[in-house]
Amino acid sequence: MHGRPRKASKPEDEAASAAKAVKLRSLQSQFMTYHHEKIYTKEAIELSTKLLEINPEAYTAWNYRKLAVEDSLSRIESDPNSVKSILDEELRVVENALKQNFKSYGAWHHRKWVLSKGHSSTGNELKLLDKFQKLDPRNFHAWNYRRFVVELTNRSEQDELQYTDDMINNNFSNYSAWHNRSVLLSSLLANRVDGFIPEKKIPDEYEIVHQAIFTDPDDQSGWFYHLWLLAQTVNVESPLLTSSWPSHGSSVILSGAGCLIGSPFNVITFCSETGSVPLILYFDQAVGGVSSLTVTIDSELKGNENLVWEPISNKSSQVSCVWVARLKYLISEPCESKEYKVKVRLGNSPGIISSRGFNFSTPYEFVFTAHVHDTAKDSQERIVSWTDGFELWNAQSKDLNSLATSDQLNAGIDLKWRQAAIDSEIECFRLLADSKIGKLTLARLLMASEAMMSDAVVKGVHYEEILQLYNDLMALDSSHHHYYKDEHSVAFLHKVTSSSESLSRYLFRYRGMNNLVCLRLNKLSLSRIASVEKLLFVQMLDLSHNELHSTEGLEAMQLLSCLNLSHNRIRNFSALDSLRHVKQLKVLDVSHNHIGKHSVDTTRYLCSSPLSNSDWSQDDVRRQNPGLVTKYWDAYFVLRDLNLKQLDIAGNEIAGDEFNSFVLQVVPKLVWLNGQKPGN
Amino acid sequence: MSSASSSQMGQLVADKHVRYILMAEKKESLESVVMDHLRMNGAYWGLTTLDLLDKLGTVSEDEVVSWIMTCQHESGGFAGNTGHDPHILYTLSAVQILALFDKINILDVGKVSSYVAGLQNEDGSFSGDMWGEIDTRFSYIAICCLSILKCLDKINVEKAVEYIVSCKNLDGGFGCTPGAESHAGQIFCCVGALAITGSLHHVDKDLLGWWLCERQTKTGGLNGRPEKLPDVCYSWWVLSSLIMIDRVHWIDKAKLAKFILDCQDLDNGGISDRPEDAVDIFHTYFGVAGLSLLEYPGVKAIDPAYALPVDVINRIAFTK
Repeated sequence: MHGRPRKASKPEDEAASAAKAVKLRSLQSQFMTYHHEKIYTKEAIELSTKLLEINPEAYTAWNYRKLAVEDSLSRIESDPNSVKSILDEELRVVENALKQNFKSYGAWHHRKWVLSKGHSSTGNELKLLDKFQKLDPRNFHAWNYRRFVVELTNRSEQDELQYTDDMINNNFSNYSAWHNRSVLLSSLLANRVDGFIPEKKIPDEYEIVHQAIFTDPDDQSGWFYHLWLLAQTVNVESPLLTSSWPSHGSSVILSGAGCLIGSPFNVITFCSETGSVPLILYFDQAVGGVSSLTVTIDSELKGNENLVWEPISNKSSQVSCVWVARLKYLISEPCESKEYKVKVRLGNSPGIISSRGFNFSTPYEFVFTAHVHDTAKDSQERIVSWTDGFELWNAQSKDLNSLATSDQLNAGIDLKWRQAAIDSEIECFRLLADSKIGKLTLARLLMASEAMMSDAVVKGVHYEEILQLYNDLMALDSSHHHYYKDEHSVAFLHKVTSSSESLSRYLFRYRGMNNLVCLRLNKLSLSRIASVEKLLFVQMLDLSHNELHSTEGLEAMQLLSCLNLSHNRIRNFSALDSLRHVKQLKVLDVSHNHIGKHSVDTTRYLCSSPLSNSDWSQDDVRRQNPGLVTKYWDAYFVLRDLNLKQLDIAGNEIAGDEFNSFVLQVVPKLVWLNGQKPGN
Repeated sequence: MSSASSSQMGQLVADKHVRYILMAEKKESLESVVMDHLRMNGAYWGLTTLDLLDKLGTVSEDEVVSWIMTCQHESGGFAGNTGHDPHILYTLSAVQILALFDKINILDVGKVSSYVAGLQNEDGSFSGDMWGEIDTRFSYIAICCLSILKCLDKINVEKAVEYIVSCKNLDGGFGCTPGAESHAGQIFCCVGALAITGSLHHVDKDLLGWWLCERQTKTGGLNGRPEKLPDVCYSWWVLSSLIMIDRVHWIDKAKLAKFILDCQDLDNGGISDRPEDAVDIFHTYFGVAGLSLLEYPGVKAIDPAYALPVDVINRIAFTK
């Protein structure tokens, strides 16, 4: 089936082939008779041997042999010599079959089955493996079988590590050996086996993998191993808090549903009908166990002793980087505005654990001030405009505290060897700056270096170079243009959020609604969203005129009430699935995108729906329009979970009378569709 | 990057492929005798390709369905062909073919699903049959099959997911068993299983996405692992995986479409693993399925997780 040249068959070949076919057909039928009649005579077993020699993929024959072996074993009286000879014969048949096709699943499994009968000779098995690995060092069946034998015989991980050393020294272009090495090494490091300390071992491994990468920069064998080493260098085991909202030392105004007239210009104002505000915790890795037992709230604001914390993730997951609780600030009677200090503490009691099993152990607390105001007047629903009513925001505001590097992240957790390793790697890879892997690795190393940098003066210095490297890569390796484009967007957003000064250029206040904080990132050729952990305070987001095809990442923006995605590359409503977590969202503009234009949905399984076996509560819309619900399934599931007041979908192929009226059924509380009040 | 357009890169000789499939079905060549035991898979590849080219009506549905039922064993599982032993591989293909014809209702769903569910082990993994070979391919097969039959609750989904996650490697990919090397075929199986069970949050999409996009070689074709030759079948396994994790824009789709089209036998129909190699049903299916994912005109949309046409899966998923 693979690697056979295409050629017209000559009549003599066809005749020979036809004769073989007839012979094989007759062998198979005879075999089937023996198998169905459970005949395990010597002659019958011989026939199966012949069959498997010609066709090792005939799986029923391997099954038959197992039954024959069990039958034979039951007849002899556990005489070790007889047992050995029966099983040896099986091993011989497997070896012959493997010579025919060393990728035969059936053959390899039969060998494992024979060994499980207790008849094993490690020496023989390792010798056999050596033979096959010489024939093809990438044969994954052989490597799998090796792991099986190693486990059976308790060979040490260090010995196996040495084996990968030998294979790599023999030929560095052996991805299978690098893979095995990564498995063994990560186990030895995790178990803190003697001599396997990250700060010694990781730099050693960098040396070893350099030979693979530098000898032939186009050979991928060492690339992924190097990336893994980088992850080991950059990632700290114990989870840390990256950011929160509100952030430490900030002030926030909380009020009821009405619009607050004349709210102070430089403080974030939050209005809510329910009298509760999201409290957001953003960790550096996915964690579980965030609850009122592990996170304590100290405040005079009543009713917040047993907050319910929820992970922002899909329904079947109990872990997330982002956790949210609703802090209550109910206003029971008309009152003067009152100020409350709120202290949030975590890490004092155990329970917050990363998905890799490490505890959040460093106690941390942050304090903010909440000014609770009464509602001024009835609010009038006003249509939100994305063009008028904006004013630049004061860059000196303390509300941009979330941009300050969190104390947590630079707790000096053995940072020294990590920074030294990154610096050394940067120096090395500058020498490879002409090649694709050189540029890509250098860009990643510089990003890692930025992430570790705490000195505010020097911070941000690498971004120009990083952006240039990605531009070079887009030209050098055009097949992967969009990979580098996405990385470029990420680096760009990191740069924008690296200081209050740079971010403030994009920050505005929207006078049309409570001086909401608006981040305008339109017309920046962004193909991807990033740095959301630094943007948790954003209430209005303008991402129009970019190249986004998904809202992946926006789920953490719990304060977001208005989002503009017009003139992007959104192809399906399923791509907006992350917005289902943004309960504040009232205004959404997805006009002038590509919805309805493509037959392939790349976010079909990243959207919670019956396709991914998500439970489905039937409603009237489904009962009355089953055909439309199937036709527009993703619009149905996404929109019905949002509480939109204003939606723009014009300029998409899907828009039209049928779809528009379907939308109005799914979102009955919608006030404006495409800028008009429906029914007008 | 715009989707594949037929004008710039050559044509899909759909009619020739249809004829190739219909004829291959009947041949008694050496090749077909050697593959006798996996005829159920071959039927699935051939029939799905016909449906993607909107030609499913050219086969006799009754003939196919009655042959399928002769392959069912008393255990409920299906064999690769009449007389062979049952195995989870062929059970999925049988169910998939019946789904194509919208004939799942002829099955004793309870019986088939019990056979599949009975193959789950304590650690969440699945065996291929009573002889106990374990492989994440079988995890995918069980989950895909039971989901089509709407009996996923017959297995321990949480444990099944746990086992799959234990096969995740440090390069973001997945292997057949814990510790096994990442391979595009296994990755498709694991990502597909996680997709169907709503568990894609276990996948590091950026890490795996980069590993997968680097399967594209200078020829435009995709290989299955680093430093291997490109092969049309990876146009399915790598491509569908990239689509499920929303990273397909990281490869050059036009170049891949051209590679697939170059693997056609323009005279006799059929698609091969590489240009100028011998064609077979397996690669014909994966080539056409790949072109479907690349939105090639004239090919129906295929679901990347179930490997069946989208209209078939939508019908099953949204009907209660």
